[in-house]
Amino acid sequence: MLTSDSIIAIQAHNLNVFYGDFRAVKDVDLSIERKKVTAIIGPSGCGKSTVLRSFNRMNELVPSARSEGQVLFMGQNIYDRQVDPVEVRRRIGMVFQKPNPFTKSIYENVAWGARLNGFKDGIGKPSMDEWVEHCLRKAALWDEVKDKLTQSGLSLSGGQQQRLCIARTLAVSPEVILMDEPASALDPIATLKIEELMRELAEEYTIIVVTHNMQQAARVSDYTAFFSMNDDRAGYLVEYGPTTQIFTIPQNKMTEDYITGRFG
Amino acid sequence: MSTPTGRIRLTPHFESNLPSRNRKASLWQVLFRLSTTIGMIVLALLLYTVVNQAFGLVAIDNKVDPASFAVDGVQIEELDQETLIAVIEENVSKGKFRQLEREQPLAERTWEEVYQVVIDDVVEPKDIVGTWPLVESLTRKEEILAEVEQEHPQATVEFTSWIDPQFVTSPQSSDVLEAGVRTALLGSLLIIAITIVVALPIGIGAAIYLEEYASDNWLNRTIQTNINNLAGVPSIIYGMLGLAIFVRMLEPLTSGAIFGLTDPTTANGRTILSAGLTLAILVLPVLIINVQEAIRAVPNSLREGSYGLGGTQWQTIWHHVLPNAMPGILTGAILSISRAIGETAPLVVIGAATYITFDPDSPFSKFTTLPIQIYQWTSRAQGEYHNIAAAAILVLLMLLLSLNATAILLRNRYSRK
Amino acid sequence: MISRTTEANPLHRRPRRGEFLIRGFLFFCGAFSILTTLGIVYELSKEALLFFRNPAVNLLEFFTGTKWQPQAGAFGVLPLVTATLITTAIAMLIALPLGLAVAIYLSEYASTKARNTLKPVLEVLAGIPTVVYGYFALTFMTPFLRSIFGRDVVDIYNMASGGLVIGILILPLITSMSEDALSAVPRALREGAYALGATKLETAVKVVVPAAISGLAAAFVVGISRAIGETMIVAIAVGAGPNFTFNPFKGAETMTGHIVRISGGDLSYDTIDYDSLFAIGLLLFVITLGLNIISQRIVRRFRETYE
Repeated sequence: MLTSDSIIAIQAHNLNVFYGDFRAVKDVDLSIERKKVTAIIGPSGCGKSTVLRSFNRMNELVPSARSEGQVLFMGQNIYDRQVDPVEVRRRIGMVFQKPNPFTKSIYENVAWGARLNGFKDGIGKPSMDEWVEHCLRKAALWDEVKDKLTQSGLSLSGGQQQRLCIARTLAVSPEVILMDEPASALDPIATLKIEELMRELAEEYTIIVVTHNMQQAARVSDYTAFFSMNDDRAGYLVEYGPTTQIFTIPQNKMTEDYITGRFG
Repeated sequence: MSTPTGRIRLTPHFESNLPSRNRKASLWQVLFRLSTTIGMIVLALLLYTVVNQAFGLVAIDNKVDPASFAVDGVQIEELDQETLIAVIEENVSKGKFRQLEREQPLAERTWEEVYQVVIDDVVEPKDIVGTWPLVESLTRKEEILAEVEQEHPQATVEFTSWIDPQFVTSPQSSDVLEAGVRTALLGSLLIIAITIVVALPIGIGAAIYLEEYASDNWLNRTIQTNINNLAGVPSIIYGMLGLAIFVRMLEPLTSGAIFGLTDPTTANGRTILSAGLTLAILVLPVLIINVQEAIRAVPNSLREGSYGLGGTQWQTIWHHVLPNAMPGILTGAILSISRAIGETAPLVVIGAATYITFDPDSPFSKFTTLPIQIYQWTSRAQGEYHNIAAAAILVLLMLLLSLNATAILLRNRYSRK
Repeated sequence: MISRTTEANPLHRRPRRGEFLIRGFLFFCGAFSILTTLGIVYELSKEALLFFRNPAVNLLEFFTGTKWQPQAGAFGVLPLVTATLITTAIAMLIALPLGLAVAIYLSEYASTKARNTLKPVLEVLAGIPTVVYGYFALTFMTPFLRSIFGRDVVDIYNMASGGLVIGILILPLITSMSEDALSAVPRALREGAYALGATKLETAVKVVVPAAISGLAAAFVVGISRAIGETMIVAIAVGAGPNFTFNPFKGAETMTGHIVRISGGDLSYDTIDYDSLFAIGLLLFVITLGLNIISQRIVRRFRETYE
């Protein structure tokens, strides 16, 4: 039984994801360690994003999607009937590939989610202003926007927008942050900032990041999961282990081929 | 580059509010769904109102007591044929008498036939003393019969369907029981024919120009904006334009004076031609916009294939773009026609005739249309006019329904090709 | 392909007269619409000018007078304008919230099946001729209102019936324009909200609607313009005489209703009655044109800040 004290934050058991009749992800068993950065890598089309989205039930927004198996979080299968997906998504946040800030001010972008989920200030508790500043600092954005909090979130550059999206995710105090190729739409400098951020955030949050950039995975993550796909185009987990091990002494030949660039 | 992330562990206070948020979400979902049913409810109410008035009981009474036609104390049953004919001539309108003579001269008929004419047209000109809608007729039949028995003992009560084949084929009449929509229907059809002939070529031509030929310069952008604006102008303004230009300014043309074909009863421009032209100008903007969309939907690869083989611009359009856009063009055309059929205000402004009994037979005839007929009957105070208005509405709705059904059929057939 | 020229170079342009003629014809078709607008402006202005030049007519009185009685020489347009405004306001009062609600339902909640049943219903509602709606207003809505509020409160001809039915008339228009605006909001925005733990309602109302506000505002303005221009419903159900009142249960005459009534009767050219119609028509044209231009501006301006 997983509790908040255990080492494992999220655990997938026999996870299968279908879109209609097509099986996109097959028999995944994966244990994500708390407060570490786990990277999910693999060639395109092998279901990495699908696996990530099944961790916060975002797949359900597609009408034909169906999941089988279990995803355990906080001692429960998040797909249980009694579990409210809205609450799951608050605790397991997500940052998307293309930055998608709201059409609101920078301040409102951060404050909105917190307010929605019942943020209340009080004695000994931070006020909304303090909380917004705290989140923007944690997202390494505060210095750049502190003088223009009322400007639209869309007026920022791509890299800044992405950090804004991270800040608003932090504002609802999740335990896990899922990142779906967060830097692939950004320039190299912005990318480096995001990578730095990931390592800092891992001190407080569990980070799971999908990336097609192997070097990024090697730089940033503590654990790496390598996915591939068969002829039936269903993605499956090939190998999972500490990053250093995966990249130096991979156990599986396919892993080695991918890492050395022989395919993918 | 790296900023202090704040070693201070700020723990914010989140008050658990999920249940109330979920409750609110469910409540509003119900409200949204409810509002969609209002649309369906209104449609149902409207159809119910119309159908309710189009069928029902009617109480018909004789206007006059047969005894009042006695000549020299002799009752009509005993009068001879000549005197009967005199009675008819005295008590029937000139037009009606002429009509009777035309059908068959009264002197050549048998006594029984002449007597029947007396009964039909002199003694029993029908007068409606009451009408009841369908639902009431079905549920309160006994009470209604009793009421009528009391107030108009001579009257007969019968169930009638105000809409029947006779209704469609009869011309206008001031007698509610005789009135039909033939004049109006023919007027509508003739006018629409003119509208189609004028609006379709210009509309499609304009759309082709704007989508295929027009470069992005000031003039063409103005034309496009202008069309968009015209689409939003109230239809009555088009009526006023038609009045000023087609009826008044171009009167020699639209009244047929140039061709010497004027309608003998009016020598002015309030003719079918004017009406058709006005409606054409009215539907043009919306038609152009719809056809533009249809042409825009044709993939560029099709055009490129034609150009690549050395086709000219017009060849490409005529042989490839237009056939491909045909379903959309047809749909747009039929939508515009539907709209034109239902238009009332502009034609009233132009001057639809209020009472014509003869069928329109040329573009230079006076005109009335189905919607205008409905308007006139609805505006009358007497309740029985509402019944035939309802019947006319049903005819109009059926016309529109079949038009749109044809549109859908044609569109399916064309897209399968 | 036989070259009709005696030019040495077969690649050179050939005169294609047919293409030129066709192009000319098509250009005429396109420019025809300009003729229409010019015609409208010219005719309305010409007759309106005749009206204002008439010694019995005073420009100030026209815009501020509360009596429209040509026989008495009173030409104040306010009764017609207030009647138009009141019926339009009543119409928007029901069409806007309902239209928006249906649009939100269609774009955020509805399954394909629900959408396929609802959209045809809206299309049918939109295709019903206005004279039929007028009949409905007179034979159903007015008795209905009278039974609720009392026969002495509600007149046989009243603005409320007309206004409510006009609201029903423009409901499909507002719904479809609003739904277009809501659907145009990118999916990514919704996903961002869901990922923060927002419910569907919260996402729809607090993220999608604000993002689509320009399209919604445009729908609102277009709806008003359509309601102002509506004629048959008011001609049948609202009343047969100008009446300066703010009581929606009383009868009155709107600008459009007045035009249709006067021109439906005996009307001779070049009388003051004839000219007055065009003055009212000009006013109507300017108002609706202005509203349409505003709605186009709204869409253009807000679209820039959104992207």
